[in-house]
Amino acid sequence: MPLRGTIVVDENLCKACELCVEACPQHVIGLNAEIITPRGFHPAHLIKDECTGCGICALVCPEAAITVYREKRGAQG
Amino acid sequence: MVALDIKDMEIVYRHPDSLVDISTHYCPGCTHGIAHRLVAEVIDEMGLAKRTIGVASVGCSAFSYNYFDFDFVQSPHGRAPAMATGVKRSRPDRIVFTYQGDGDMISIGAGEIIAAAGRGENITVIFLNNANYGMTGGQMAPTTLPGMKTTSSPNGRDVEQTGYPILASELLATQQGASYIARRSLHDPKNIRMAKKAIRLAFETQVRGLGFSMVELLSTCPTNWHMTPANATKWLEEKMLPYYPIGDYKVHPELSELKV
Ligand SMILES: Cc1ncc(C[n+]2csc(CCOP(=O)(O)OP(=O)(O)O)c2C)c(N)n1
Ligand code: SF4
Ligand code: SF4
Ligand code: SF4
Repeated sequence: MPLRGTIVVDENLCKACELCVEACPQHVIGLNAEIITPRGFHPAHLIKDECTGCGICALVCPEAAITVYREKRGAQG
Repeated sequence: MVALDIKDMEIVYRHPDSLVDISTHYCPGCTHGIAHRLVAEVIDEMGLAKRTIGVASVGCSAFSYNYFDFDFVQSPHGRAPAMATGVKRSRPDRIVFTYQGDGDMISIGAGEIIAAAGRGENITVIFLNNANYGMTGGQMAPTTLPGMKTTSSPNGRDVEQTGYPILASELLATQQGASYIARRSLHDPKNIRMAKKAIRLAFETQVRGLGFSMVELLSTCPTNWHMTPANATKWLEEKMLPYYPIGDYKVHPELSELKV
């Protein structure tokens, strides 16, 4: 089983460009229509559990809005 | 599935220290933001923030001094290499880089950049090539592709009348004083990783006192290209890469052994 990960998107920085949505190999990112950021965007968020913490979304994000977390190796139960 | 608690997890990526934690004025999906991030990551990883001075140019990145958390000055259009020369020669202990668009660097500033490379100035140039003048509304630049429609070439760039796009990396690599010249692209994860390595090598060139370094970064301008950010990256890959091949155009022998 691959390591599991998660992301936290800074809603003050995200501009809903969707580059992370396109790039995520697990297809687990979408825009959150329920939220409008201070600059008027629907920010990116996880829409499914299968994030692996690969960091590719952060690599393509022009706003450095994404913090990526991953399970520590050996922490899988 | 057991819920994950981020307190028990390791951080794979976080906002670089050398970037100010504020929203930029760049359009959504503009790859200027990726270039900023990569420069900030490299400065952080090399521990250079306390002795780096950036030189902003004129174009959409004129305000880049608001976003980097280290010293910055702002130069007139095309004159960033001249200003960087002055800063570096008076403070040789500082790491000095310019951040310039294609309209700035290879149009109005073409003379400056060739002279700086020829002199082998020990500065680093981050050159964003988005094939148009972004800030002023998407006019034709020297880098605009043949046939490409812009606000000042509404029928497409006619090479019979306005000539061919200037290949800045190939041109600067011919200069004796240039030590590291590379072209990279910001259109996908693999190329972004390669771009970061090139930026690292450019700053390593300066740290080692080897002379002039420049990284050309192929970039998108979704707003003036009238495309979504994702379509702009595809357009870059399909249209710009064939004309502007990525690669190393000059590498000082001392750098080729470096592992970064
Ligand atoms: C001396 C002078 N001439 C012209 C201008 C108008 N001007 C502002 S930005 C710009 C071009 C910027 O294009 P580029 O360098 O490609 O940067 P981008 O905005 O695409 O990032 C021009 C011509 C100016 N500010 N100063
Ligand atoms: S870390 Fe990888 S899997 Fe997780 S959201 Fe980002 S790109 Fe997708
Ligand atoms: S790439 Fe960054 S700015 Fe764009 S939608 Fe994703 S988190 Fe938001
Ligand atoms: S006009 Fe183009 S280059 Fe300027 S911020 Fe917008 S997308 Fe970026």
